[in-house]
Amino acid sequence: MKKMIDLNGKTYSVVPEVATIQQLLEHLGLGDRILIVEKNKEILQKDHYDTPIKDRDQIEIIHFVGGG
Amino acid sequence: MTGKYSRQELFAPIGPVGQQRIREAKVFVLGAGALGSSGAEMLVRAGVGELTIVDRDILEWTNLHRQQLYTEQDVIDQLPKAIAAESRLRAINSDVKVRGIVADVTPENVLDLFEGHQFILDGTDNIETRLLANDAALQLGIPFFMGACVGSYGLTFPIGVKEGSPCLHCLLEALPPQSLTCDTVGVISPIVVTTAARQTAELLKCITGAQMEPRLESVDLWTGERAAMDVHSMKKSSCPSCSDTPTYPYLSANEVIRTAVLCGRDTVQLTWPRNRQVELLPFAESIRGIVSNLKQNPYLVSCEYNAHRLVLFCDGRMLVHGTKDIMVARKIVAGLLG
Ligand SMILES: [Zn+2]
Repeated sequence: MKKMIDLNGKTYSVVPEVATIQQLLEHLGLGDRILIVEKNKEILQKDHYDTPIKDRDQIEIIHFVGGG
Repeated sequence: MTGKYSRQELFAPIGPVGQQRIREAKVFVLGAGALGSSGAEMLVRAGVGELTIVDRDILEWTNLHRQQLYTEQDVIDQLPKAIAAESRLRAINSDVKVRGIVADVTPENVLDLFEGHQFILDGTDNIETRLLANDAALQLGIPFFMGACVGSYGLTFPIGVKEGSPCLHCLLEALPPQSLTCDTVGVISPIVVTTAARQTAELLKCITGAQMEPRLESVDLWTGERAAMDVHSMKKSSCPSCSDTPTYPYLSANEVIRTAVLCGRDTVQLTWPRNRQVELLPFAESIRGIVSNLKQNPYLVSCEYNAHRLVLFCDGRMLVHGTKDIMVARKIVAGLLG
């Protein structure tokens, strides 16, 4: 079954090859960014990015940028 | 009610008491680019007591689509942003004591610049300066309203507004070697205004004594994505910037010419240490024969040299346009200044 998550406030369909947060970040092209990840309202430390993604997880990602 | 601020006072969370606090507030705006323009205009219209706006740059055509304080004539006149911002802000609201300062904010001058202000609005264009401002604001105990944006994406976070909340250094840990800039991915004005509005709303809340619940927030106006995080768990008791025994690492100055690639532009900036400043007039005379299109005003000397436009400011900085390569810029400067 395909996993559907809530990603930054929008419904997002997770492709089968993405199983963890780290894989999701890489899939989104955010792998090398400075970012903060929240999963189900809890901040996720970097050494927990191997956490599996489950159906209906609520995930928020904020990445830092330079401009202004 | 017909006064200038009557509609703002009618807004119950501000009221006459809040308006009086706004009237007494001394605000520092760090940068007069896109976010700085937008935030400064809102604060001046709101009627803050004093506003200081600092910027290192001069105006370019590429600024006008998003930097709302400026006109085509300002670009033609090659005005420093801080000077053009000052005159526009004074024209908007004569109640406010507005001061524009042409300077790069560095470890050497940041504490002097911030001193005497009660709130700092982030309008800078790079993470390094934000971390510098974070350290200086924490040392002085001044709230710092961080904001950044590129493309259609922006983020905000207020620092030093609530006990136990993390600082920017807690969130970032290390300075990223590279981050997205207006130079690499562009920027649209709606995200500038949105980001500045969020920063300014938090700042006005803080001025008026509202309960602060600092959250790291982001929005992408093009995709509709948004996020808002309670990041208090990221406060680090060992943070070098906000622990009980801070060392403020970004405040330590160095004694060499420092270089930076500027956001949104094909430009390298070189900054001379204080004890090795280049004087405008002798510099202009020394290069008169070898450069073209030499221009001079009390703030700067500009010229063309080897297909690069060079601008030397009176505070000891030079911009080398037409390159992102620090070594190319250093070579040009070495060629002209030895
Ligand atoms: Zn900290």
